[in-house]
Amino acid sequence: MKNRIATSLVSTSKRCAPRQHGTPAILAHTCRSTYQSCYSSTVAPPSVSQPPNADYLAFPGAAKSAFSHSLKFEQPSTHPALSTYRVVDQNGVVVDPNFKPDLSDEEVVKLYRDMLTTSIMDIIMFDAHRQGRISFYMVAAGEEATSVGSASALAKEDVVFLQYREQGVLVQRGFKLAEFMNQLFANKYDPGRGRNMPVHYGSRELNVHTISSPLATQLPQAAGAAYALKIQHRQNPSAPPRVAICYFGEGAASEGDFHAALNIAATRECPVIFFCRNNGYAISTSTQEQYRGDGIAARALGYGIDTIRVDGNDIWAVREATKKAREMALQDGGKPVMIEAMTYRVSHHSTSDDSFAYRKKVEVEEWKRRDNPIIRLRKWMEAKGIWDEDKEREARESIRRDVLKAFSEAEREKKPAMRSMFEDVYEDLTPDLKVQMAELRSHLERYPEEYDVDEFEGGKDSLTSQP
Amino acid sequence: MTARKQLLRRAMVPQPVARLFSPTVAIPQRRYSTHPPNAKLNLPTDYSATSLLSHTSQQTLSNPELPADVRAGTTKRMNLFQAVNDALATALAEDESVLLFGEDVAFGGVFRCSMNLKDTFGGDRVFNTPLSEQGIMGFAVGLAAENMRPVAEIQFADYVYPAFDQLVNEAAKFRYRDGACGRSVGGLTVRMPCGGVGHGALYHSQSPESLFTHIPGLRVIMPRSPVQAKGLLLAAIRSNDPCVFMEPKILYRAAVEQVPTAPYTLPLGKAEVLKEGKDVTVISYGQPLYKCMAAIQEIEKSMGVTAELIDLRTVYPWDKEEVFKSVRKTGRCVVVHESMVNAGIGAEIAAAIQEDSKTFIRLEAPVVRVAGWSIHTPLVYEQFNIPSVARIHDNLKKVLEY
Repeated sequence: MKNRIATSLVSTSKRCAPRQHGTPAILAHTCRSTYQSCYSSTVAPPSVSQPPNADYLAFPGAAKSAFSHSLKFEQPSTHPALSTYRVVDQNGVVVDPNFKPDLSDEEVVKLYRDMLTTSIMDIIMFDAHRQGRISFYMVAAGEEATSVGSASALAKEDVVFLQYREQGVLVQRGFKLAEFMNQLFANKYDPGRGRNMPVHYGSRELNVHTISSPLATQLPQAAGAAYALKIQHRQNPSAPPRVAICYFGEGAASEGDFHAALNIAATRECPVIFFCRNNGYAISTSTQEQYRGDGIAARALGYGIDTIRVDGNDIWAVREATKKAREMALQDGGKPVMIEAMTYRVSHHSTSDDSFAYRKKVEVEEWKRRDNPIIRLRKWMEAKGIWDEDKEREARESIRRDVLKAFSEAEREKKPAMRSMFEDVYEDLTPDLKVQMAELRSHLERYPEEYDVDEFEGGKDSLTSQP
Repeated sequence: MTARKQLLRRAMVPQPVARLFSPTVAIPQRRYSTHPPNAKLNLPTDYSATSLLSHTSQQTLSNPELPADVRAGTTKRMNLFQAVNDALATALAEDESVLLFGEDVAFGGVFRCSMNLKDTFGGDRVFNTPLSEQGIMGFAVGLAAENMRPVAEIQFADYVYPAFDQLVNEAAKFRYRDGACGRSVGGLTVRMPCGGVGHGALYHSQSPESLFTHIPGLRVIMPRSPVQAKGLLLAAIRSNDPCVFMEPKILYRAAVEQVPTAPYTLPLGKAEVLKEGKDVTVISYGQPLYKCMAAIQEIEKSMGVTAELIDLRTVYPWDKEEVFKSVRKTGRCVVVHESMVNAGIGAEIAAAIQEDSKTFIRLEAPVVRVAGWSIHTPLVYEQFNIPSVARIHDNLKKVLEY
């Protein structure tokens, strides 16, 4: 199993070590012996001294480039596409005879239920939007394995940055249905205090940063967060080493922040896993219109980052790759690793989107039928004899019941106190904000018929600078 | 583009004064903004004589804003970049979560603000980043989100725009977005040199503070002097709100004063009355304060009036009370800043003054703004664009004669 992963992971470390350290072999080797010395060597400028009789010139920007007398441009088409790592095929059949699950049956069932929970919650909430009960929702159908599988390989202390279609990560990490619903209904228990659109979850307890709508902004942040974890571990070696993981889509990878993030994560040697969900679509834009290279994984090589492409509908492949990536990210004092999980966005982009305007229904139906990550694990579990039709029915029913219960409880709650619209802009309310809060209150008092403040906890009375 | 940007950046590194005036080395000087021989108002600022700088230790230590122990201590002659360096060294020494990084920071920075800091505090805490402002800012936001106190440098304010998304959508909103989870990026400070230097043209002269003052969540600060720079920068770094700290680069070497050697902070969000007066209030921040002072001296002589000069210091959230108090007393107000007049700090101050009924009824004249025209920052026209002593003087006269 391990060997298989090792060969699948495209490693840049061998090529890069001499480049980064300037002087090859001896110094590079010495540098890796301790965290400290490795670290300092990286920040030193590369040596441009010329080794005797070398067939290359040590340009500072490409210290090991050999001279060639053939005028040849490298062409992407002459390089084979990166392979896709897979453990279990779409029929739930293990393709790697050496594969042994490292989870107990109960743990596997738990992951399956996490995927199922994600899927059932999505269906209910999509309908809730259609009924006008919530203002927005984003479904992750078809991508449940990418999020649940990767999250299962992380430590609780690891720091997570999400894009917005990774509710499976939250489910796997223990975000409760009530917490989902409180956020979706923006009620008084919503940690976001009624400020964010639905699906912008966050949890301090679970080390998941609150989701931000702008695409890719979380990538350089994850690099910075990972650097913080690295420095903190160095300042306090008794604390367990941690990584940051950052989820994003193949569309977000076109943003400048993606490139900035990979480059700075590579140069600062940050223990961060960049996890791309390549689901084929950025709203309506297909990958053919999004990029022309070999997906997203291949880009990592250009930045000197180890990378792997996995079958994102195979939860085992996703889990194994993330496990290995986490291990690698903590090696040599820290380094970034890229995972590109290939999947298909079965759902519309969001509740505001009708994807049949730009793709054929038959395409979606075919994907649904041919390859679904939940069915794949179910088939695997059934073959193993730990799952059957009865269990499936019971699981679906109980999850549905739990979701609806949390749904109706959250829907009943009041909106947060109105004063929270002025809070958390700064650490403390500024004099200006106090004045504005009083001004709004006074306005509401003079125009009581014009606004409905009763749905907010405490009505207009919370608008006071002395709560 | 990048190569050109790099070349320009190198060209902007201020040369040591000794080299410029060395009699044995002839260095051609090309100054596009000079003053004519018969000018009486538009004379170069004499930083060695201005009353806005503390030239003696005693003067510095008499500042009532300084804590008693600092006032009982010693001072050292420093220019503004040395004062910034001193504040950074203090922050790095007192708190191991402080990190300093940006383009070319490790060797000391193109303006020398981070000299020796990498050697003192190590390459893991003081380091170069790749050339990407959005990367620097995103990285800084991530560090701050995980309880560090990053001090990020944008090499010139003119290059901050790629980082705008991270500042506006991420840094400023982080605490608000996280809500009851309670996380913030309050540890973040971003420093950037700004303002005209006589030859910076479109991309080495900008003063984009008003773009940040439109963004709730950020504190925007601009010091006028070395003493102020040290105290305000340390306050910004220790502050639990993200701060944009803008350093008038023309003052890096020009402004020299006696700076307390002990660590100290100066209050954020508080303006300072630099000179009391009763007939007109002049409000400014950063380098134009020196020009305001020169104009005030002239007008006081010629018209027999007294003017009050206020340094905003923090341009957002700004000290309305101090400004209102002064304008209620004088009834006249002139706001002066380098950056464009449209939707600038002056617009905000003028609006706030007329909106405050207790101040509005005391107004004897319209509030006047003296600022850059609504153009970009052109090379050979800088002397006509950045408020000059003569323009400030002329507007003071207008306001006083209204």
